[in-house]
Amino acid sequence: MNLEEYKGVYVFAQQVDGVISNIAFELLGKAKDLASDLNTEVTAVLVGSGIKDLADQLAEYGADKVIVVDDPELKEYRTEPYTHALASVINEYKPEIMLVGATAIGRDLGPRVSARVQTGLTADCTVLEIGNFPLVARPGQEQKPNQLLMTRPAFGGNTIATIACPDNRPQMATVRAGVMQKIKRITGAKANVIEFNPGFTPNDKYVEILNIVKEVKDIVDIAEAKILVSGGRGVGSAENFKLLEDLAEVLGGTVSCSRAVVDDGWKPKELQVGQTGKTVRPQVYFAIGISGAIQHTAGMEESDIIVAINKDENAPIFDVADYGLVGDLNKIVPLLTQALKTEIANK
Amino acid sequence: MKIVVCIKQVPDTKGGVKFNPDGTLDRGAMLTIMNPDDKAGLEAALRLKDQYGAEVTVLTMGLPKAEEVLREAIAMGADKGILVTDRVLGGADTWATSTTIAGALRNIDYDLIITGRQAIDGDTAQVGPQISEHLDIPVISYAQDIKIDGDYVIVQRQYEDRYHELKAKMPCLVTALSELNEPRYMTPGGIFDAFDKEITVWGRNDLKDVDDSNLGLKGSPTKIAKASDKVRKGAGEKVSLDPDEAVKYLVGKLEEKHVI
Repeated sequence: MNLEEYKGVYVFAQQVDGVISNIAFELLGKAKDLASDLNTEVTAVLVGSGIKDLADQLAEYGADKVIVVDDPELKEYRTEPYTHALASVINEYKPEIMLVGATAIGRDLGPRVSARVQTGLTADCTVLEIGNFPLVARPGQEQKPNQLLMTRPAFGGNTIATIACPDNRPQMATVRAGVMQKIKRITGAKANVIEFNPGFTPNDKYVEILNIVKEVKDIVDIAEAKILVSGGRGVGSAENFKLLEDLAEVLGGTVSCSRAVVDDGWKPKELQVGQTGKTVRPQVYFAIGISGAIQHTAGMEESDIIVAINKDENAPIFDVADYGLVGDLNKIVPLLTQALKTEIANK
Repeated sequence: MKIVVCIKQVPDTKGGVKFNPDGTLDRGAMLTIMNPDDKAGLEAALRLKDQYGAEVTVLTMGLPKAEEVLREAIAMGADKGILVTDRVLGGADTWATSTTIAGALRNIDYDLIITGRQAIDGDTAQVGPQISEHLDIPVISYAQDIKIDGDYVIVQRQYEDRYHELKAKMPCLVTALSELNEPRYMTPGGIFDAFDKEITVWGRNDLKDVDDSNLGLKGSPTKIAKASDKVRKGAGEKVSLDPDEAVKYLVGKLEEKHVI
């Protein structure tokens, strides 16, 4: 493998039903930073059927080039034809970095593609930067500059590791949704489109889709919320979440929860924040009756302002909170709701 | 039908994580369990065995101690256990792990391979799909239901907002979600069998069609640059006040920050 041949930062621009997933725009935002450090370009890879029209949207969020792989076999996501598409793009265009969203699609596609093109893959990254590997020069080992340093949580968020892929290309990472920032949309930007079709010949690996069952969920996406009012087991019961809902309503926010609340069946899994739930970074995060196990804080500590309300003054949530109130949530939360209501009405 | 279930012995992160003074993980001080997604995969295999008749082999890669999870699996109803263990396999990333397991699987007849979606120590979800690529067979990840129809496996494949019902010709690899089922307990007879049964132990030389350059720490394309206990954001202010005072304090702060 001649590493010098590999150039450019590439993003797998996930689309489902002809709609580009938000993660694609987030990845483009990060790719732009990395490309500027490396003095190179950002390329989006758009895979699907009848999706060429979506390319300009990718340009509006920072793609310099868009490679479109459009084929009827790619109408719905299936591992094999999508792997063939992305692996063929990599073999043809030789990117130095390939970013994929850590979604239910990306976490299947990423490993299969990395095995096919014989490179490493780092899962569920939360920080990506360019730097030296090894970080500090070691005698007897070449220190390589301009490597992708990929940071990810492991052991349920208890440890954090930074990983490099110094001897193989592309350097591949899947990236958690909700962590990277998309750029401000450049309205009217036009994509430089390259069409590429490696040919798709169905074989036994092209599994057959018998049925697609969409689960209509009348649930807001907590990752998009500006204000989250999050409850833990300390809230006491499903009914008592009413206190949190009232507070959220006053602030135009959304209710979310910790894992314990989902385990107890008080709230659905879609509202869960944390390592096994969603990563969120709202402007304000209220942690109410949440002790703050690392599995939880791993999913919310990037919030701009964290408010914790807990009766246990030693609860670890206070270690990450900007403002911590030690006390009974049953007393404090209704008073807070009332006070905010009055305050907002007076403005 | 022959089913192989790949399982992993993992530290039980629920019980908290213990560190050595140098900041590395003290695996010896932590309890170990069969990885939850793998256990669901094993249960799915045992249910297929109950329903259609099948031979279920469990395979693990790890330290010699990992034999414990194979015995647990046999006590639940698996027929055979294979332990892949060798010093040269240590320090493997997902690439080197998947080449190793694929090398072991090439020695076995299988119709269906089941792995857990991901292990709770690494959370990568990569090894299952990578094994399938090395073996050049189809993969269906994130299975929430598995059925057999002749030479085909029919799987509900979960996504964020939908599921696909997929049909794949066997041999095929399926990765299981822990939501798939509630794993059974070990049976007294099974526990008796488990201690009686011989576990097959394979080392480097038993792996088929694998180059040394793809094994262990040396054969891992990803390298750890730095690993550390998580650095947490510093604590802010903490107050213990009467509820009225506490609310006044907080409203003041939220105004200061232009939240309201």
